[in-house]
Amino acid sequence: MRPPFQQVIDEHADAVLRFLVALCGRSDADDCFQETILSALRAYPRLRHTTNLRGWLFTIAHRKALDAARRRGRAPVPVADVPEGPAHSADGHREVWTLVARLPNKQRAAVYLRYAGGFPYREVARVIDCSEEAARRSVHEGIKKLRQEWRP
Amino acid sequence: MSELEHALRGGPEVDPAAATARAVERADAAGLVDVAYTQHDSPIGRLLVAATRKGLVTISYQPRGEDAALEDIARRISPRLLELPGRLDAARRELDEYFSGARTAFEHPVDWSYASGFTKKVLRATARIPYGGLSTYSDVAARAGNRRAVRAAGRALGSNRVPIVVPCHRVVRTGGALGGYAGGLQVKEFLLALEGADPAITAP
Repeated sequence: MRPPFQQVIDEHADAVLRFLVALCGRSDADDCFQETILSALRAYPRLRHTTNLRGWLFTIAHRKALDAARRRGRAPVPVADVPEGPAHSADGHREVWTLVARLPNKQRAAVYLRYAGGFPYREVARVIDCSEEAARRSVHEGIKKLRQEWRP
Repeated sequence: MSELEHALRGGPEVDPAAATARAVERADAAGLVDVAYTQHDSPIGRLLVAATRKGLVTISYQPRGEDAALEDIARRISPRLLELPGRLDAARRELDEYFSGARTAFEHPVDWSYASGFTKKVLRATARIPYGGLSTYSDVAARAGNRRAVRAAGRALGSNRVPIVVPCHRVVRTGGALGGYAGGLQVKEFLLALEGADPAITAP
C-alpha cells in the first residue's frame, strides 16, 4: 500500500527543499519545490509499491531544477541569491554553498547528493540520470574543486 | 570526516513548513488533493476529519493514533491525502455547533461513493434518524431492505467511517440496551445525552 502522501512530504520535504536551494538558489527553489510536489502528486497513484520514494522525489526535483536553469538561460545562480550560512556545521563555514553554487550543474548536484544527502553512488547516478561511473567522476571532480577553493 | 565534508553535510538552511504549505495550496488548486484532512478538538476527544471534494469520508476517533487513521483513509479512498485544514472549515464549524447544542442537523454532504450494497443502505437509513430520535438494529435492517439481517446491520454500523454525522449512535437494541459503538460506549452515551435521547425511557 502506498503511504499517505502527507507522510511522504513529512519525511522528505526538508531534504528535497535543501537540495533545490543548493541547486537553484532561494528565489527559484520555492517554485521548483512546488513543481516537484505537483509532479509527484500527479504520478503518485501510478507508482509501483517498491519504488524508492526518496530517490524518486529527488529525481523529479533535479529535473525541475534543470528546467529552471534552462529558463534562466543557463546563467549561473546569482551569488547574492545563494544560501547563506552553514547547515548543521560549526561557524566559519559560510562560503561553502557559494562555492557549490559555482560548480557546473552536474557536479553541483552530484556533490550535493553524495555529501549533503548521503546518497550511495548508485542512487546519485539515478537521480542525475547518468552511469554510476559518471556519477563518481562528477562527485570527485566537484569535491576536488571545492577543496581547492574552500578555506574554513 | 574532513572539515569540508562536515560543512556540506545536511545541506543549506531551509524552512520546509512555509514552502510545503504553498505547495499543498497549489496542489489543491490544481485538483490533485483527493482527500483533505485535519485534526479537530471536540468534547469527545481529538477527531481526524477528512473529506473528498464530494463530502466527508472520515471522522475518526483515532484509537491507534493518527498514522493508522491516515493509512486507513489512504487504503480505502486514495493515497493522495494531505493535511489541508482550510477545506474542512465548514465541517469543523458544524461539528462545533453540534457539540454546543446549536445544531441539530448537519448540512455538510457526506461522500457515499465508498460504501456499497447492504452496508450503504444501512448507513443511508441511519442518516435519516432524526436528532434526539432512536432506532433499533432490526428497524434499520428493515429500512435497508432485509428485516432479518440484524447482525449484518450491526456490522454495517460498525463499519461507519463518518460517525456523529451519520448517526449510528442513535441505533440501539430493541428493549433499550445500548448495543455497541466503535468509538466506545461512553461516547455513545455522551452523544445520546447531548441530544436528549434516553434509550431506557424512549425505548422504541
